[in-house]
Amino acid sequence: MNARKHSRRVAWPRRMVHLILIVLALVFLTLFLLLPLATVFVEAFRQGIGPYLEAIKEPEALSAIQLTLLVAAIAVPMNVVFGVAAAWAMTRFEFRGKALLGAFIDLPFSVSPVVSGLVYVLLFGAQGWFGPWLDHHGIKIIFAVPGLVLATMFVTLPFVARELIPLMQSQGSEEEEAARVLGASGWQMFFRVTLPNIRWALLYGVLLCNARAMGEFGAVSVVSGHIRGLTTTMPLEVEMRYNEYEYVGAFAVASLLALLALVTLAVKTLLEWRYGDEIAAHAPGGH
Amino acid sequence: MKKSFLVLLAAASVLLSAAAFAGDVALLNVSYDPTRELYRQVNTAFAAQWKAQHGDTVNIRMSHGGSGKQARSVVDGLPADVVTLALAYDIDAIADRGLLAKDWQKKLPDNATPYTSTIVFLVRKGNPKGIKDWADLVRPGVQVVTPNPKSSGGARWNFLAAWGYALKQPGGSDATAKTYVKELYKHVPVLDTGARGATNTFVQRGVGDVLIAWENEALLARRQLGGDTFEIVVPSVTIVAEPPVAVVDSNVDKHGTRAVAQAYVEFLYSPQGQDIAAKNFYRPRSPEVAARYASQFPTTHTFTLGELFGDWRQVQAKFFSDGAIFDQLGPGS
Amino acid sequence: MRRRVLPGFGLSFGYAVAYLGLIVLLPLAALAWKASGIGFEGLVRLLSAPRTLAALRLSVGGAVVAALINVVIGLLVGWVLVRYRFPGRRLFDALVDLPFALPTAVAGIALTTLYASNGWLGRWLEPLGIKVAYTPLGVFVAMVFVGFPFVVRTLQPVLSALERDVEEAAESLGAQRWQTFFRVILPMLAPALLTGFALALARAVGEYGSVIFIAGNIPMRSEIAPLLIVQKLEQFDVAGAAALGVAMLLLSFGLLVLVSLLQRWSQRWAERAA
Repeated sequence: MNARKHSRRVAWPRRMVHLILIVLALVFLTLFLLLPLATVFVEAFRQGIGPYLEAIKEPEALSAIQLTLLVAAIAVPMNVVFGVAAAWAMTRFEFRGKALLGAFIDLPFSVSPVVSGLVYVLLFGAQGWFGPWLDHHGIKIIFAVPGLVLATMFVTLPFVARELIPLMQSQGSEEEEAARVLGASGWQMFFRVTLPNIRWALLYGVLLCNARAMGEFGAVSVVSGHIRGLTTTMPLEVEMRYNEYEYVGAFAVASLLALLALVTLAVKTLLEWRYGDEIAAHAPGGH
Repeated sequence: MKKSFLVLLAAASVLLSAAAFAGDVALLNVSYDPTRELYRQVNTAFAAQWKAQHGDTVNIRMSHGGSGKQARSVVDGLPADVVTLALAYDIDAIADRGLLAKDWQKKLPDNATPYTSTIVFLVRKGNPKGIKDWADLVRPGVQVVTPNPKSSGGARWNFLAAWGYALKQPGGSDATAKTYVKELYKHVPVLDTGARGATNTFVQRGVGDVLIAWENEALLARRQLGGDTFEIVVPSVTIVAEPPVAVVDSNVDKHGTRAVAQAYVEFLYSPQGQDIAAKNFYRPRSPEVAARYASQFPTTHTFTLGELFGDWRQVQAKFFSDGAIFDQLGPGS
Repeated sequence: MRRRVLPGFGLSFGYAVAYLGLIVLLPLAALAWKASGIGFEGLVRLLSAPRTLAALRLSVGGAVVAALINVVIGLLVGWVLVRYRFPGRRLFDALVDLPFALPTAVAGIALTTLYASNGWLGRWLEPLGIKVAYTPLGVFVAMVFVGFPFVVRTLQPVLSALERDVEEAAESLGAQRWQTFFRVILPMLAPALLTGFALALARAVGEYGSVIFIAGNIPMRSEIAPLLIVQKLEQFDVAGAAALGVAMLLLSFGLLVLVSLLQRWSQRWAERAA
């Protein structure tokens, strides 16, 4: 009440400032994010809904969709388990080399996508360290699903850990310690105390990790081999179609990816809206 | 944890390869970007012929990408039975790793090149800048679109065509050629990484007055992207672009697919294969088929790589290696 | 002390280290090993070539500028999204993550479509003498795009947690609005801003997919370092490509370390301010 009365004195100029800031931010977001998104859909529907559906129903597109979902379905859970383990070790214990471990977790962010595909070729390619051994045993990694999964895991590795570490740091470990003192086993404590406390941050991490996993292009392009209908993910399918002058087809597949992204974002927004207070209570730095 | 993960990976790859090779015979053709239509038709025709002759179903899979990248993938273990790339240098690189015989170009007729193309110009409707020949490309105000020869195999043919033109002018020498080509690349506002990227830049983005392109690409672009918005200009002299094909020896021996792979590449030389190539705007080797499509392919003076430059290894070392002629053309030198 | 109460150090630490080792460190070791193939002299020659230097300057310099732009715009957008209520706020909030989700190649194509001289934005900018597509400016635009979510997303939780009583206290003590912002709010946001800056920077330094479509790729002018790596690979010079990859990796890793030092320093600044 007091604050409101206080602010009435400066209400007019301050409201102007608010308005200007809002307009500036919205103009930027529209020009920079909304327009590229709109371009994708405009190009995809340039010839109407018929050609759009045709383009998506092609067997090559369907297999690309399946493959993209498969790769994400393996890579994301792997990184979730890693993220939780890394965050637990980083925030609940003191050990030597902690800063180094933190730096290593961020490392994939600073590797160019071109290089992050190449490194797996150097390891598992026919000329690589393990290539001859794998070849001898008939195991295929590069130019097959395992290579795509590995490259995707590499690129999306930091997301979950990045989301969890600051939160768990700020939450502290009092509740967990109390649970232990009251006689909970390690896993009981984890599932009844830790997991409920971090579930929103975990969900954000999963959503971002998933979005990036499905959209990754550079690294995957190096290890895919581009075998049509077999090892091409959706982003690769987009590029190939664009290069074949099939603009509608390219943007149709791209629009599916954008749609997947929008669905992810919608789920997130819905959760925030539905459980807004709860999330705020668990946000990093929140109390 | 790690072990179960490896088991999972192995299981996934076994499943995948089982799914891939469920047909009677499976063949993987690793090709470069612009050949998708061509090989889609070739594959259908060849599979029908093979079925009629042997009763087996051939399931041909395709991989498309930049020529050099594709060659590297084969070197790194992409299990190609057949490679059909943009230039011999890329197949040489595979041969260097021992995957096929060094003399692979001798194993099929015509230097293992069943079809050829030439380098031409694509200009905008009505040819507003009056482009007729190579000399017009370096006139003030003319902008030329061509991809970077360091990252695109196709673009190396463009570069060599320009060099060869300058060399064949009266008093032409390496020095005059270098001056001409240096001037030419000053007129290039965008160096795309691949040939298809350059076409998209020229056609979709409206950049530049001339696109230097393979003849088959120019004809295809005109058909696909609107025949009345672009015109093709054939220069007075140009190079014969030779995209070669080869069977990858060590892979077909491993897969047990030598017979069908050999038949596949030979099919490209058959009257039917030549006809499909011509339909897809590649110049057929067979004189009979070529005669039928004569109106599609205007005659002009041409030279081959062998006549003017030697082989690809020499070309690569002289022009495109790090620090070689192309690198000396840049504004930094 | 804690170790006695809380379980799972061995399991979580062991798993995290093993996973990192297998997925990140082992492959990067292979890269370093391959890079060592060109020898010290080769490395010096590679890194001192004018073209390499120009490409690195564009990639790193461009990324720094793009990350700075992202800090300013990210602060503005984050502030507006957290502090103000207006119709469509949630929609715009959701939109922020788009650059993560859109494949880089699609982003590149879409941006080029927009900014080419016949595009929706290009046709208005070109008459003003601003050319974006196929110029170094296009490189910045793509880099700002891919790094944008990092700043907003690291800032938002901190902004919403920032207690208004601190600001109000400052104001009731007679501080001007701008003084409050620069003396009280900004120091408290600095660690998060730096984190966002570092992540946006690291992402932009190595960016390839979206940049090559819009860059023009002219040597010495609009050619980025990852493109040089691709060109080396195209010439079957894997050792050279790996060496350049390692050099870029060390460069951006060094920048990340530098930022984390800055962060520690800014944390102290924030504590002093609070």
